[in-house]
Amino acid sequence: MKYLDEFRDPELAGRLFDDIRRITTRPWAIMEVCGGQTHSIIRNGIDQLLPDQIELIHGPGCPVCVTPLELIDKALAIAARPDVTFCSFGDMLRVPGSSQDLFKIKSEGGDIRIVYSPLDAVKIAQQRPERQVVFFGIGFETTAPANAMAILQAERLGLTNFSMLVSHVLVPPAISAIMESPVSRVQGFLAAGHVCSVMGTHQYGPLVARYHVPIVVTGFEPLDVLEGIRRTVAQLEAGEARLDNAYARAVSAPGNLPAQKVLAEVFEVTDRTWRGIGMIPQSGWRLSARFRPFDAEDRFNVGHIRTEESSLCRSGEVLQGLIKPNQCPAFGKECTPRMPLGATMVSSEGACAAYYQYGRFVHVDA
Amino acid sequence: MSNVLDFEGWVCPAPLRDYPNIVMGHGGGGKLSSELVENLFLPAFQSATLEQLGDSAVVEAGGARLAFSTDSFVVRPLFFPGGNIGDLAVNGTVNDIAMSGAQPLYMSAGFILEEGMPIRQLAAIAQSMGAAARAAGVTLVTGDTKVVDRGHGDGVYITTSGFGVVPAGLRIGPGQARPGDVVIVSGDIGVHGMAILSVREGLEFGAPLETDCAPLNGLVEAMLARTQAIHALRDPTRGGVASALNEIAIASQVGVRIIERDLPVPQAVRAACEILGLDPLYVANEGKLLAFVARDDADALLEAMRAHPLGRGATIIGEATAEHPGMVVARTGIGGTRVVDTQVGEQLPRIC
Repeated sequence: MKYLDEFRDPELAGRLFDDIRRITTRPWAIMEVCGGQTHSIIRNGIDQLLPDQIELIHGPGCPVCVTPLELIDKALAIAARPDVTFCSFGDMLRVPGSSQDLFKIKSEGGDIRIVYSPLDAVKIAQQRPERQVVFFGIGFETTAPANAMAILQAERLGLTNFSMLVSHVLVPPAISAIMESPVSRVQGFLAAGHVCSVMGTHQYGPLVARYHVPIVVTGFEPLDVLEGIRRTVAQLEAGEARLDNAYARAVSAPGNLPAQKVLAEVFEVTDRTWRGIGMIPQSGWRLSARFRPFDAEDRFNVGHIRTEESSLCRSGEVLQGLIKPNQCPAFGKECTPRMPLGATMVSSEGACAAYYQYGRFVHVDA
Repeated sequence: MSNVLDFEGWVCPAPLRDYPNIVMGHGGGGKLSSELVENLFLPAFQSATLEQLGDSAVVEAGGARLAFSTDSFVVRPLFFPGGNIGDLAVNGTVNDIAMSGAQPLYMSAGFILEEGMPIRQLAAIAQSMGAAARAAGVTLVTGDTKVVDRGHGDGVYITTSGFGVVPAGLRIGPGQARPGDVVIVSGDIGVHGMAILSVREGLEFGAPLETDCAPLNGLVEAMLARTQAIHALRDPTRGGVASALNEIAIASQVGVRIIERDLPVPQAVRAACEILGLDPLYVANEGKLLAFVARDDADALLEAMRAHPLGRGATIIGEATAEHPGMVVARTGIGGTRVVDTQVGEQLPRIC
């Protein structure tokens, strides 16, 4: 397939593995920020083929995984209302709240739809004026522009029956939080390519300078990931810390300016709680004052819902790269994709699910 | 319901208690589906034959061994590129019977019709069923119709049942695969599922895909004419190739190793799967089969399959191993390995 097969070529991958092996002289801990990268690493078995000295730490970049339990419970409360049609991307449906998930609400009569774009939810709101249509707007900077467009579209159409449950999170504050953490072992970052294709790369220069850590903007196909790792290791071995772009076919320094304009119009920066990690200041977006009437949390008065996380689940440590999924005592036992304790076991981008799905055999063997 | 189920009395290793109601995943062909069968139906029915969990049951009657199967069809939309629910209903049961090595003989069809369904549509579906049955050489001999109130069905649901005679001496079943067997797939995978998704409401992506729905009994006949050393056959419908391989791996207690690069995934299926974040290994097929065959007979079998119109794309995708029994492992494109597990419920499109 054009533009995909080229980046999955086994021969070129072999050469990159050789290069990485050749330049690696010491142990290095590198974090891939994005869940899509974790998925690609495990699905392709990249981690097994890297030299032993290179440890990949799976970062907090799975949007489903970092969405706090409390927000899931709010979503469930809204979705259970008889007047609501609740629209979500597919992989949010199985994420457990404190006592149930969206599939269960659906089985009890909740009107829950999987949509492929937030604009589909706007369309439903147009077609069904008697229903309150709510879109579950989660994700990083990548999914945010489409959500912002949906809000603008709803405003333009004068829709009073459309709203969004928003919990957007931002990558740069998460990188700061990881570097500020006294227990962090991360020495270099593979930055999330798709996030940078929207936001550009300028936010990462200050992080490189402040923490003296290499940050390499990296894509998602096997060769992209390997090239990102190669460039990061090269910097680390040379004692350098620079911002580098290994995903230039998708990412430009300024990013997608029209998208950024829409984002600035619809959202404003806010503090956010990350599931399993805690509150990170200024690490998310919420609807700006002008669009607050579209905020589902206010409209359905679920702001009071408070939920504690499971004490067994150590997804927080997984998301911070402190433990590997299979080092959690509940992994594969109390916690499986069938009965997940945490979202990291649910989303196909979640580190625990990726380990369970693709890596279990290898790690059981090891 | 007067018949009260004793929820506490279930004897099951992994209870369903976290889902007190049926959820869509119970019909997805993954773990939830098999748990429902194993933990609810098997204990209630107490049938040794059912416990074999083949595509069709093989039973003895009047000295003959019969392959007997039933299947229900709730596809939406009713008409899709290359076919309709009628083709599926006939071929689905034909194929389940064929997976025991039997030639299907007779079939029943039950219709649950929704009030308001256009008769013209039903006629088109019935015509397709008749044509599909003739093509497969099976006779529809009995049927039933019921009508439910508008809003209580999606136009029409169809259940078909059928049986055929298993040739003497043949022992094909999901539990018969052996280490060293070669795994063959009869052609391109993922076509039916993506053809359906490509026309599903809200997702029309205009992929140039038509269902691969076809009766496989002719292909199986041609295969058996060449070699009887076929150990297991499966048509990888719901849950796709991954689920079918897992079922055989578990039933036969063998490991299965497949080579990702050898999987025949057509361009359009790959592209659509990439966009939606789906894995072609889990996408449904309706006219393909997987065969586990002794290595020495694999070349002859491949040749016989490729000589049949429905097996032209037949190719080896892996092997059965003595290692990691019950587990399917794939060699990835760049040379790593990964576990190919059964999915839990339905495959869900990824967020980004």
